[in-house]
Amino acid sequence: MGLERKLKIALTGKPNSGKSSLFNRLTGLKQKVGNFPGVTVDKRTGTCQLDDHTVAEIIDLPGIYSLYPRSLDEKIVSEIFADPDHRDYPDKVVVIADATNLKSCLLLLTQMIDLGIPTVLALNMVDLAAKSGLSIDVNKLSSTLDVPVVLINAREGHGLDKLKKSLAEPLSPSASRIFPIAPEIIPAVNIIRAEFKLTSDYAAYLYLQQADALKFLSVRQKEFIRQLAKQYDAFPGKYQGAETIHRYGFIQDILNKIILRLPNPEWKRSSYRLDRVFTHKIWGYVIFFGVLFLIFQSIFAWAQVPMDWIDRSFAYLSTYLSKKLPEGPLFELIAKGIVPGIGGIVIFIPQIAMLFAFISILEETGYMARVVFLMDKLMSKVGLSGKSVVPLMSGWACAIPAIMATRTIDHWKDRLITIFVTPFMSCSARLPVFTILVGLIIPDKKLLGFFNLQGLALMGLYVLGFVAAILSALILKMIIRTKERSYLIMEMPTYRMPKWSNVGYNIIEKTKTFVFEAGKVILAISIILWVLASYGPPQEMNRAKEVVRSETQNKTITPQVFDDRVAAYKLEHSYAGIIGKAMEPAIRPLGYDWKIGIALITSFVAREVFVGTIATIYSLGSTEDQPTIKNRLKSEINPDTGGPRFTPAVGFSLLVFYTLAMQCASTLAIVKRETKGWKWPLLQLGYMTGLAYLSAFVVYQVLS
Amino acid sequence: MLPGETAIIAGFSDPELSVKLLEMGFLPGTAVRFNFTAPLGDPVCVSVSGYDLSLRIAEAAVISIVN
Repeated sequence: MGLERKLKIALTGKPNSGKSSLFNRLTGLKQKVGNFPGVTVDKRTGTCQLDDHTVAEIIDLPGIYSLYPRSLDEKIVSEIFADPDHRDYPDKVVVIADATNLKSCLLLLTQMIDLGIPTVLALNMVDLAAKSGLSIDVNKLSSTLDVPVVLINAREGHGLDKLKKSLAEPLSPSASRIFPIAPEIIPAVNIIRAEFKLTSDYAAYLYLQQADALKFLSVRQKEFIRQLAKQYDAFPGKYQGAETIHRYGFIQDILNKIILRLPNPEWKRSSYRLDRVFTHKIWGYVIFFGVLFLIFQSIFAWAQVPMDWIDRSFAYLSTYLSKKLPEGPLFELIAKGIVPGIGGIVIFIPQIAMLFAFISILEETGYMARVVFLMDKLMSKVGLSGKSVVPLMSGWACAIPAIMATRTIDHWKDRLITIFVTPFMSCSARLPVFTILVGLIIPDKKLLGFFNLQGLALMGLYVLGFVAAILSALILKMIIRTKERSYLIMEMPTYRMPKWSNVGYNIIEKTKTFVFEAGKVILAISIILWVLASYGPPQEMNRAKEVVRSETQNKTITPQVFDDRVAAYKLEHSYAGIIGKAMEPAIRPLGYDWKIGIALITSFVAREVFVGTIATIYSLGSTEDQPTIKNRLKSEINPDTGGPRFTPAVGFSLLVFYTLAMQCASTLAIVKRETKGWKWPLLQLGYMTGLAYLSAFVVYQVLS
Repeated sequence: MLPGETAIIAGFSDPELSVKLLEMGFLPGTAVRFNFTAPLGDPVCVSVSGYDLSLRIAEAAVISIVN
């Protein structure tokens, strides 16, 4: 055959069996992340050259224990295998199994065999198995199951050539049938098999047992199956327990025949010894908080260096372009709208890369399971899971990577609640706003000669955000109802060294996902806001210079001051300014005027923009010099009272508002990407803004 | 059961959870070893079918053992 064939090959297996290592090995950098239609599960695909004639598309399916769908991940996999018309229905399946833990890995394999899909068993971690003293008769395993068995070590890449070769060869489904379908429902199974033209009895049996979970079936088809199930008294899940026990019985029989020597139980010893420290009631927490601190430190402080560099480069590029490009709205859009917009996306990359470096190391080493083990009791009280801790704490640096990190939470409700409350954690973008306002309204004095008042206020804001997150989680726990039950039955993998290439792939994958998927929304919002703040009704905008000139006729001012005043005038009369003025009645009860209103609008792209907008509107140009801004704000007079504009009441009200409000286009975009729709980000935006508004209102009314 | 003890699984008292537990290798007639408890008293770590798992006490309580 001179023509290249493109095979579809699916990788499946239990979590922790080395599936992603194998996927990375097979596809290298030729992989992409997409979505399974309509759900929040990532679909990783890639291509692999099997031999000279054969290219395969490899699909990495979510790790599952069996084909019975409970979680979203499991539902995806069973839908693919139950539907031969599914676009991801594979020509061949690789079931990857951990050789040191064969028993629970083979359950899925026996189901694949019964489905009649051509299957290859890849026995992974054969090096560890050999080290543990385990000895397996591979030929017998292969002949008993009638399935090719390939020994591999996915971490080191051993045995991959054999696996590719065996996948390139023609492969017929295994002739063995493992689970005998109960005789009383065989007629029903035959009817379904004929009706839906299925290739195996087991597929038809799955239809009969779980029609409601298979989304590709039409309402009429589901009803047809439901009637049939009723007629044969085969209610959903009736045979499930018996099936699992039967399969495990079969597996145990095989294991008895093929295991030549049992592993020496001593091989896990060092892992147990580590557990004694890592889950110790004191040292366990000391180590965990040390790790958290390190993560926090890295995304808060270390990431700042490349972020400043990115920030400066894009600012430079923007100024350079606006000088070099000819005048005109299109070129202005490029230089001042699009370039800074892209900069606003790129700036998140250092934090995302660093957080995911840590998270993949924690996952790879097996430590993440211990984090969950340590924290589950505390977190489950507020409706979160042990896995919510790392994302939540990362939120103190930045909500974007933190929300992406919720991927590790497999339970959908726990994950949704974590996503929902993470933006309450005071991120680093709030800090410029906090420092300006705290410096403005709180004296730089010490309490009891020790506590700096400003420091205390700042800490209070962090606590406020944290409390808001916990309380909101508690509320959501009661509101959100799911059919899925929350359970924590998870494997505690044996400790091992991280595989650095897997860490690298993970960082690349997460960064790409962010830039290409969330990036679009961030860019769109930042351009819209830029247009609003830079354009206004032309007659007003064109008059800017004239008006400022006539206002300053009798004063001598420098060209710089003149330009700053023009910029302030333009912002005031821009569309953002018009909106700011229009919403003044709505924000007056919080103590804000239209100038603050404009800053609220422009800082929706990112909170720290508040500082820049305030500087512009008060004719300070584009300075970010904090003392200058602070002094200017101090001298601002409220025309209604004759007193200062920024009273403590206004300052506290603003601080509370910025602690609780979402005010971050990027968070909105990433929540949209992670929940696959606009429903949750918009609810979150509404909830956070509403809460911020009410709280700021109360604070202002009480204090003034 | 106390940490370090091993027992034989007899059955389950929760049909919904039992399916999940069966899948994970908690099979009637097989041995389960209670390894240790988390510092806050919940969850617990057990060994079954050749590997280690952690589960909440409420979930472990579903499993009945042979005396």
